[in-house]
Amino acid sequence: MSVFGRLSLSLGLAFLYGPIFVLVAYSFNASALVTVWGGFSTRWYGVLFADGPLLAAATVSLHVGVAAAALATLFGTFAALALDRGGRFPGRPVFGGLLYVPMVMPEVVTGLALLLLFVGTGFERGLVTLVVAHATLGLGFVAVIVGARLKGIDRALEEAAADLGAGPLRVFATVTLPLIAPAVAAGFLLAFTLSLDDLVIASFVTGPGATTLPMRLYSQVRLGVNPEINAASTLLVGGVTTIVLTASWLSARPARSSVKSV
Amino acid sequence: MIRPARLLALVPALWLGAFVLLPGLIILKISLSSAATAQPPYLPVLDWSAGLEGWSSFLEALDFTNFETLLSDTLYRDAALSSLALAGLATLILALIGTPIAHAMARAPERAQPLLVALVIVPFWTSFLIRIYAWIAILKPEGLLSGALLRLGLVDRPLEVLGTQGAILIGLTYAYLPFMVLPLYAVMARLDPHLREAAADLGASPARVFWSVTLPLARLGLMAGALLCFVPMVGEFIIPDLLGGSDTLMLGRVLWSEFFSNRDWPLASAVAILMLALLVVPMVLLRDSGARPGEAGR
Repeated sequence: MSVFGRLSLSLGLAFLYGPIFVLVAYSFNASALVTVWGGFSTRWYGVLFADGPLLAAATVSLHVGVAAAALATLFGTFAALALDRGGRFPGRPVFGGLLYVPMVMPEVVTGLALLLLFVGTGFERGLVTLVVAHATLGLGFVAVIVGARLKGIDRALEEAAADLGAGPLRVFATVTLPLIAPAVAAGFLLAFTLSLDDLVIASFVTGPGATTLPMRLYSQVRLGVNPEINAASTLLVGGVTTIVLTASWLSARPARSSVKSV
Repeated sequence: MIRPARLLALVPALWLGAFVLLPGLIILKISLSSAATAQPPYLPVLDWSAGLEGWSSFLEALDFTNFETLLSDTLYRDAALSSLALAGLATLILALIGTPIAHAMARAPERAQPLLVALVIVPFWTSFLIRIYAWIAILKPEGLLSGALLRLGLVDRPLEVLGTQGAILIGLTYAYLPFMVLPLYAVMARLDPHLREAAADLGASPARVFWSVTLPLARLGLMAGALLCFVPMVGEFIIPDLLGGSDTLMLGRVLWSEFFSNRDWPLASAVAILMLALLVVPMVLLRDSGARPGEAGR
């Protein structure tokens, strides 16, 4: 690599990680002033774990995230199977288009549109509407990830199982599903992360009593920088990093092993 | 042969119809309504029980006042223009700094490449709100950037970056850098190295090879990355809200305040429709470019 290449890479990564390191470092700051270093301390983690409303919001986010990711994974996998294995069925382009819309639509538009739907149909807003909105958001991402994996599967394996007398369900359960399982798991984790991260859509569709973690953090951030948020952020960054690394490991690993077996 | 897989499309299709298509139609309808102090806070409300007569009186009551307001009031025009300008400028900056990064990643030793990709992906999936929050402590007048520059003697009074358009640009560039780098890298990593070697053998300097061989071949990745950044940046809310000043208007923030502060749902819906009208071309191009946010994230 050229000197210029090394320099670009180092500067790029420093730009990406610098602010995150600053954030993490100041979560261990003894001083209440975020920009003055007052020595190492874990006091803000103590404050964090005594913060009832914040912990309640984290619980709401975890519940919503798991439920939304489960729905998104189920429907997204269905969608990927239909698009990859369903041939040219009527309405396929519209279906593909609708699947793609929530991924690119500005969040404020998605949030407002869903809220207007819930108000118009008299749906009570709260946990359920949060789950529905986040499942809709994650569905397309799961479909893309699972679809990419489906394309890479050797159809001969499924055909062989069918020739040996297995019905379509049996073929799916014993051949297809195990092959796409890592992508399905990766899709679930990413849908969960999207839900855990979302502030804008959640702010629109939520109801009384259902405050998510980003909503709680946002209301605190608007009041200014405070070391307790740094502590919460550090834990969240650590958690999300673990999830992402797991997801990319899951989706990369079987691809490599299948290459080896060829 | 009947393909059972097709039947699987039914459930997600119904879901998308109910939660993507229907809300889209509703937002269009409400953008043509007028605000009212009622629950729901807009008129007219379609009366299903009145049958055909209900429909015709409903259609007659629709009006385009909200769109006239959007076009005549300079506030909304300025917000639309500054959204497009800031997103456009940030996309340009991202192309300029993202290209050398993606290029260097694609030239890195093969063993190191998966690690480099992971290093770019991790911030991309890390809480957006928190990554923007991190910049507040850096950019505020008594913050780290200002303090460092003061100590180095480069400036003689605290820097006022937070609350300016410059802060929004920094935030946009920071938050969307992975969206630019990943599609560019995906294309550059697949280029045939022989083409570069041939150009070099014929006497082209490394810079010339980049300009006449690598960049033209990677233009689809550049295009995909630019669209992937531009589209969500136009509708961005968190960045202008946390890093911008009260005078910087972007459409996402205008929509938010019309809805949450002014409780004018029809006008907020009209802003949403305006945003979609501005973005429909880049969104279709993005779709055709084959770059999906999900693929960039893998």
